[in-house]
This record gives sequence, structure tokens and C-alpha cells, in this order.
Amino acid sequence: MSLLLAAAAGFKTPYFDYHALAPELVLTGVICLVLVVDLVVDETRKYLVTQLAGVGLLASLIPILTLAAKGGFPRSMFGGAYVVDHFALLLKGLFIVSGYIVLLMSSNYIEEGDYHEGEFSFLLLSSLLGMVVMSSSRDLIGIFVALELLSIPAYLLAGWRKRDLRSNEASLKYYLLGVLTSGVMLYGMSLIYGVTGSTLLRAIRPVISGGGGEQPIVAVGIFFVVVAFAFKVSAVPFHFWAPDTYEGAPTPVTAFLSVASKTAGFVALMELIYIGFLGRDDVWAPMFWVLAALTMTVGNLIALRQTNIVRLLAYSSIAQAGYILVPFAVAGSNGRALQSAQTATIVYLMIYAAMNLGAFGVVIAVARKTRSGEISSYGGLGEYAPGLAWTMTGFLFALAGIPPLGGWFAKFYVFRAALDAGGGWAVALAVVAGLNSVIALFYYANIAREMWMSPVPDGDTTPVIVPPALTAAMAISLAVVVAIGVYPQAFARLGDLASLVR
Amino acid sequence: MLNTLDTWALTLAVFIPLAGVVVLGFVDRTWEKGLKGITLLVSLLTLADGIYLLARFDYGASDALQFEVNRHWIDAINSHYHVGIDGISLPMLVLSMFITVLCVVYSWDHFPEPYNPKSFLMLILVLEVGMNGTFVAEDLILFFVFFELVLLPMYFMIGVWGGPNRQYASIKFFLYTLFGSALMILGFLAIYFKGGQTFDIPELVAKGGIASHVTELWIFGGLFMGFAIKVPMFPFHTWLPDAHTEAPTVGSVILAAILLKLGTYGFIRIAIPILPDAAKSWAPWIGGLAVIGIIYGALGCLAQRDLKRLIAFSSVAHMGFVMLGISTLTSYGINAAVFGMVAHGLITGMLFFLAGSIGERFGTREINRLGGLLVQAPKLGWILGFCAMASLGLPGLAGFWGEFPAILSAYQPAAGLNEALFRGYMVVASIGTVLAAGYLLWMYQRTAFGLPRDEFAEAHIHDIHTPEWIAWTPLLVAIVALGVYPHLLFHVTTDAVDGVTAALKAVGG
Repeated sequence: MSLLLAAAAGFKTPYFDYHALAPELVLTGVICLVLVVDLVVDETRKYLVTQLAGVGLLASLIPILTLAAKGGFPRSMFGGAYVVDHFALLLKGLFIVSGYIVLLMSSNYIEEGDYHEGEFSFLLLSSLLGMVVMSSSRDLIGIFVALELLSIPAYLLAGWRKRDLRSNEASLKYYLLGVLTSGVMLYGMSLIYGVTGSTLLRAIRPVISGGGGEQPIVAVGIFFVVVAFAFKVSAVPFHFWAPDTYEGAPTPVTAFLSVASKTAGFVALMELIYIGFLGRDDVWAPMFWVLAALTMTVGNLIALRQTNIVRLLAYSSIAQAGYILVPFAVAGSNGRALQSAQTATIVYLMIYAAMNLGAFGVVIAVARKTRSGEISSYGGLGEYAPGLAWTMTGFLFALAGIPPLGGWFAKFYVFRAALDAGGGWAVALAVVAGLNSVIALFYYANIAREMWMSPVPDGDTTPVIVPPALTAAMAISLAVVVAIGVYPQAFARLGDLASLVR
Repeated sequence: MLNTLDTWALTLAVFIPLAGVVVLGFVDRTWEKGLKGITLLVSLLTLADGIYLLARFDYGASDALQFEVNRHWIDAINSHYHVGIDGISLPMLVLSMFITVLCVVYSWDHFPEPYNPKSFLMLILVLEVGMNGTFVAEDLILFFVFFELVLLPMYFMIGVWGGPNRQYASIKFFLYTLFGSALMILGFLAIYFKGGQTFDIPELVAKGGIASHVTELWIFGGLFMGFAIKVPMFPFHTWLPDAHTEAPTVGSVILAAILLKLGTYGFIRIAIPILPDAAKSWAPWIGGLAVIGIIYGALGCLAQRDLKRLIAFSSVAHMGFVMLGISTLTSYGINAAVFGMVAHGLITGMLFFLAGSIGERFGTREINRLGGLLVQAPKLGWILGFCAMASLGLPGLAGFWGEFPAILSAYQPAAGLNEALFRGYMVVASIGTVLAAGYLLWMYQRTAFGLPRDEFAEAHIHDIHTPEWIAWTPLLVAIVALGVYPHLLFHVTTDAVDGVTAALKAVGG
């Protein structure tokens, strides 16, 4: 006992900036509350739990706004392992809003499918907490813990349609590959730690870009970490789990995985690459070049042949991840390129979240009537549900990058980052990205063609009944997509503000 | 008051149609009279704005940007809402407004299957937003957004309201153009980085070249792909006949009259003045492709059996003349090109109206099944003859002033270009005019002369309807007016074109 006390004597309470931690604290409180309330409300009133979760999410946005208003960044804690700055705040906001939209989309889905409601909200919020923590982590261990916190609930969510074998398969596949990823990542991180003697990203940077970086083991460490995150963001050739998982998981969860979970992967990559490994672009830049080119091209080419819309959106989201990887490949060339690469990634993530969530919203709405995920079941949608068809058209052509819908600006920023870096390789990658956006148009337009130019397959033209929560989810997404397309300045400014390194 | 209106006039030209789209969105789709009335009113208001511009335009200073507005838009990339017009954009802008009104009038009782006038009229107005916007934009990003804005409505117009093979044609059109735009936007970005981080067109033009010769050649290549596919020039033209054949009449008219001009306009407004040095190296190739297009288009016409497809191929040939004029890089040639753009817009637009009306009456556009139009519908037959004459470049009608000076300009291309080569082009292009006379007269002979075929002998073929008269008369008048008095247009364009060629002279050579 005395020994323990003696050890504790040297322990100093670390500095807690409660205001900076408020979003996480509110979220944690809501998670506990959801768990408790779920125990006491009876079976017929489970929707209350979902509503509580929604309100709680919105409540956790409040401290983000007050923090943004107060300023005084960066607010650093635990020796620089946990930092709240513009970058962290913006992405926390993005995660929470995306999570809120997913909750809106899933409430009726889960209720009508007779799945567990309370636990669904609980797991969704826990995963979101992991993402929120990820935005602030500036430390290898912090990043790992955040990644596990966001992944483990997601494995369960993927299997939520427990009576459906494909959902079970989705969950298992996702789980096994997720665990493999964690292993690979930890191995890479341990090598980095072994060389640098620190888990703090900002302490790692000078060592590996200075003399210690010459050791080949650093390159191996970076390689493993990047490969692990390539799994996480489903970059080719580490993408094969994604289509099966996306197709098998409940559609709202698919939306969540393809947007929020993927964004979290990119956030971690940004922190690792731009803070920790910045000086070693000789190692990671070629890796990202190959990953980006392969991911865009393979994702798009396979998407061309899909007949199921969820699978198609899965491959489309793989291809979109390819565009997001482009800035990473060119960030190392010079200071200005680094700057525009970061902005491009952040802006792309924001716009991508809105367009992809929206597209999944429409898929959920249409499936309520057709009970089918086949693209052919979209025939004649423009006739009997013009509102839904217009909305979907908007999201599809936004994803394809046609002005004046938001997606063009995201792609434009990626091109800008590439040309800002200059040089033959960067320009070549930009051309690959440009050609890929043409390939992608074909399958996006194919869905539009089905909706507007084909007859209704079964002649059933009863209108689609869309619950208000789902309508709200689609409306928010559509508003964002159109607003960005017409006046991108607002988002470009956020992107500039949120740069991780200057 | 007038000054305020001057500032807002161009913005209104772009956004009145957009406001119209929003209003139409709230109108009940079963109230057709209201939908048509609102659309007509909106397009007329836009045209009124165009007439105001015509009246207030300072023709003495047509090389300067007028009605200019320059506001912040996307500061993060230093892109501005910069609009303005000079003597080159003014005719194109007014043409676009004019054609839109006529298309709305023509649509009055000509809605193709599957009907749905609400969506159709909305698409026409969205197209107008894009077209007007492209012609007034003075910022590359603004230009790009408007340039792309026309794709979606045209895709849907062909794909939903088009002929039997519409789905194939619409996606082909979309993919081809997007392929060009993807390279074009990369070119724009390269210009931005090499040209001092600005997208402002006048500012970039003033620099008189922005990068080393080799870099400029590559950038020009990117822009070339974007614009040449839109024109379309010879190897990239295959989307055009399909799109035209399948598109509904109004779609064909807008496509031929305005959308193709976005490409040639891009060359004159952006590619040549910003990259004058590269333009000189590219000019012989552009000229070569242009004359191949002239001959290829004409031969293609001779082999066509579908009236619309024939007119589509004739567009390839006519745009070849326009591009030949541009490729000479002389004031003379580019003036001819601008005139050719307007003339082609009027004449080919009119021809597509006619083809649409003939197809509607007979249920077919196959030339071999038609015949004796002059017997069954004499007025329609005469107007078709008139337009065929105008299209083949008969002196006294508008087509002549686009074609003849373009050929002539190749005799003396800009300094530094290979004279012998361009004279060769000139000879080839002249053969093209003979072929043009051939295919148009042959087409006319087969459709209009003789007696009606047996299958239509008993059919009652209605001569021209009132909405058709209203839509067509202004076009016919304009074709004659410009043909008799070309100065009407040349005096607007000349100074502005001189401004473009001045940039070329500055680089010497």
C-alpha cells in the first residue's frame, strides 16, 4: 500500500481543458443515457431512445460551435497527444452531422425491420465518439484507440439484419479484415516507435525526417501503417471486403460505413502523414500514387458492371476514395502543394459526405416500395415519384462531378492540388483522375437513364411513402450539395482554415 | 436608373431564365397554358434584356468589355463572378436568346412524346441559363460552370424526348463532351498556375502568353480537346449525327444553333488569345482537321437517308468552314468565323425546325420515302428550298458570308503560318462548297420535287401552322437581312476580332 502511495506521489493530474473536451463529454453522457433509457422504456416506445440519441447528437454540436466562436487554438492536452484545433473541430462537426443524418435515415428502417432500436443508437453513437476522438488524436496510441472504438461497434452494426445470411457474412468479413488491419497497423506503429522512442506524432516527425529516418525500418513501418489505412478506406487492392460488407449490411449502416467510417480513416491518414511522416514523402508518395490511380480506375471499371445499386454505390465509393487519395500522392512536393492537398482532402470529404449520404437516403426510400436493390427496379421512378427521382439525379450527377452540383468543386480541388505540385507524375495522376470522372459518368448516368427513360418494370405506380425523418435527411444533403456547387467559397474557406500543418 | 440597369443587364440575361425555372417548378403540371405562357414570358423578357443590350452597346468600342461586372465569388481560388460582353459575344448572346424564344413558340403544340411539357420547358430554360452564361463569362471557372451546365438538360432532352435510339445517343453525347471538359478544366488549371494565379480572362489575355512554348502547346492541347469535341471537329464528331437524329426538334435546333458555337467561341475567346504562341503551332493542324471535316461532312451527307442525319453531317461541314476561318488566325478569317457561327445558327436551326415538322407530318424523315412536298405542302416546300439555298452558301443569303470569306482568308493566313499549306486548304474547302451544293440540291430534289409517293398520296399533309409561322418568320427575315447587309454583323465584330488578333501579332512570328 505504501508502495502504491509512493508511486502515486509523483503523479500529477494532467491538465484538462473541459471546454475543449465538452463535445466528447456530452457525447459520452448521451451514450450512457441512451443505454439506461433503453432499459426502462417498454417495447412500444423504443422510438424515444432514437429521438434521445438524435437530440444528444445535436447537443454535442453546441460545444463545437462555442469552441469555434471562442477561438484560442490550438488547445493542446496530454503533452500534445490530444489537440483541439480548427481541423479537429471541423471534422468533429462533420462526423456528428453525418451521424445525425444516418440516424434520421435509420430510425424508420430499424423500427419497421423489427431490429433492436436502443442498441442500434447506442452503437452508432459509440462509433461516432471514436471518430470524434480520432479528429483530435495526435498520437499513435490515441489514433489506435480511436480506430478500435469506431470500428468495433461498426462490426456489430454491419450484422444488424441478423436473420439475413448476407448480413452475417458482411459483419464477419468486416470484422476479420478489421482485426487484420489493426494487427498490421500496430506492427507498423511499433516499428516507428522503436526507432523514434515516442508515440507523439510531432516528436516522431523530426526523428524520422532527420538522421534516424535513414533506417530502412522506418520505411517498413510507414509502409505497414499506410497499408492498414488503405484497408480502412477500401483502397484497391485492399478493397475486396467493401462490396460484400456494403451490400450485406443494413443500408443506413452502409451509408455510415461508406461515409463516416471512411472519413475517419482519411482523418487518421492526414494526421499520420502530414504531421508524423511529413519528411518521408519518398516512401509514401509513390505508394499513394499507385493506390490512388488503381483505386479510381479499378473502382470505376468494376462499378460499370454492377446491377445492384448498393453494390454500385459501394464501388463508386471506392472510386471516390481514389480521388481523395490523389492529394496525398502529391502533398510532398512543396509547401504550397501540401497546403492545397490538405484543403482538397478536407473539402472533398465534406462534399462527399453530403452526396453519398443523400444517394443512400434515396436508395432507402425507394427500397421501401420496391423491396429491391436492383437498378432495373428504378425504372419509371421519374413518372410516379418525380421528387425522389430529381433528388437522386442531383446526387448522382454531383457524384459524377457535373456543375453546378457540389461534386465538381471537390474534383476541381483535387485537380488543383495535383497541378499545384506540378511535375510530370502529378499531372499524369490528374489526367488519370480526369479520365476516370468520364468513366464514372457512365454508371451514374445509367441510373438516371433507368429512372427517367425506362418504363416501370412491374407497372406498379403507387407513390413511394417517405417518412419525414428520411425526407429531412435527403433535404439536408441536397441543400448542402447545391449550396456548395453554386457558392463553393464558404466551404473552400473552411477547408483553408482547417489545415493541419501550415 | 439606366446605369443600374447597365450593371445588371448581363446578370439578368443569365438569371431571368433561372428564375423562370424556379417559378415553373411551383406551377401545377396539368396547367399547360400557364406553363407555356410563363415560359414564353420569361424567354421574351430575356430577349427584351438582349434588345436593351443591343441598344445600349457602344458600337464604337466593340473591342472593349462592356456592361462589365466583377464581384467576388470563390476567393479561395481567386475566381470571380466576372461578366462582360464585347463585339464577339454580343451577337452570340442575342442569338441564343432569340433562338430560345423561337423554340418556346415552336413547342406550343409540338411537344414530343412522352409529353410532360413542364419538365421540357424547364429544360429549355436551364439550357438558356447555360448558353447565355457561357457567352458572358469572363472568368475561366465561371465559363466552365456554364459550359457544363448545358450538358444535363441536353442529356435529358435527348434521352427522354428523343427518337427510338435515344438512350444510346444521349449518353454518347454526354460522355464525349465530358471527356473534353475533363481535359479542358486541367488546361484551365494549368493556365491558372502558369499565368499568375488568376482565372480572369482579360487579365490572362493581356499577358500575351503565359508559359514556355512547350508547356503552352500542352495546355492548348487540353483546351483543344474540350472545344473541338463541342464544335465538333472531324475525328470527334461522331456523337453529333446520333444526337441530332435522336433529339426532339427543339433539342436539335438548340444543339445546332447554339451549343456547337460554345466550342468555336471557346477557341476565339479563350484558347487563341490566352495562348497565342501555341495557337500558331496548332493552327495548321486545326486547319487540316477543319478541311477534312468539310469534305468528310459533305461526303457523309451524300450517303444519308435520314433528313435530320443529313443536316447533322452538313453541320460538321459548316463548322469546318468556321474552324478554317479561325485557324488562319487573321482578323479576316475570325470575322468570317463569327459570321459563320451566327449564319449557321440561323440556317441550320431553321433546317432542323423544317426536318422536325416534316417528320411529324409524314411520320418519317427517310428521304427516299418522301417526295412531292411542293405538291402537298407548297409553303413548307418553298421554305425548305430557301433554307437549302441559304445553307449551300448562295450569295445574298446569310450562309454566303460565313463560307466565302472563310475560304478566302485561307489564301493569306497570319504571318508565320505556312502559306502554301493554307492555300491547299483553300482549294479543298472550295471543293467542299461544290459538294454542299450537290447534297443539298439532291436532298431537295428528292423530297420536294415530283409527285408524292403512293403511301402518302392520300394523306392529308397540313401546310404550315400558325406557331410555326411565328417561330420561323424571324429566322427567315434574319437570314435575308444578314445576307443582303452583312455589315450589320461585321461592324459589331470587326473591332473585337482585331483585339484577338492583336494578341497574336504581339508574339510576332
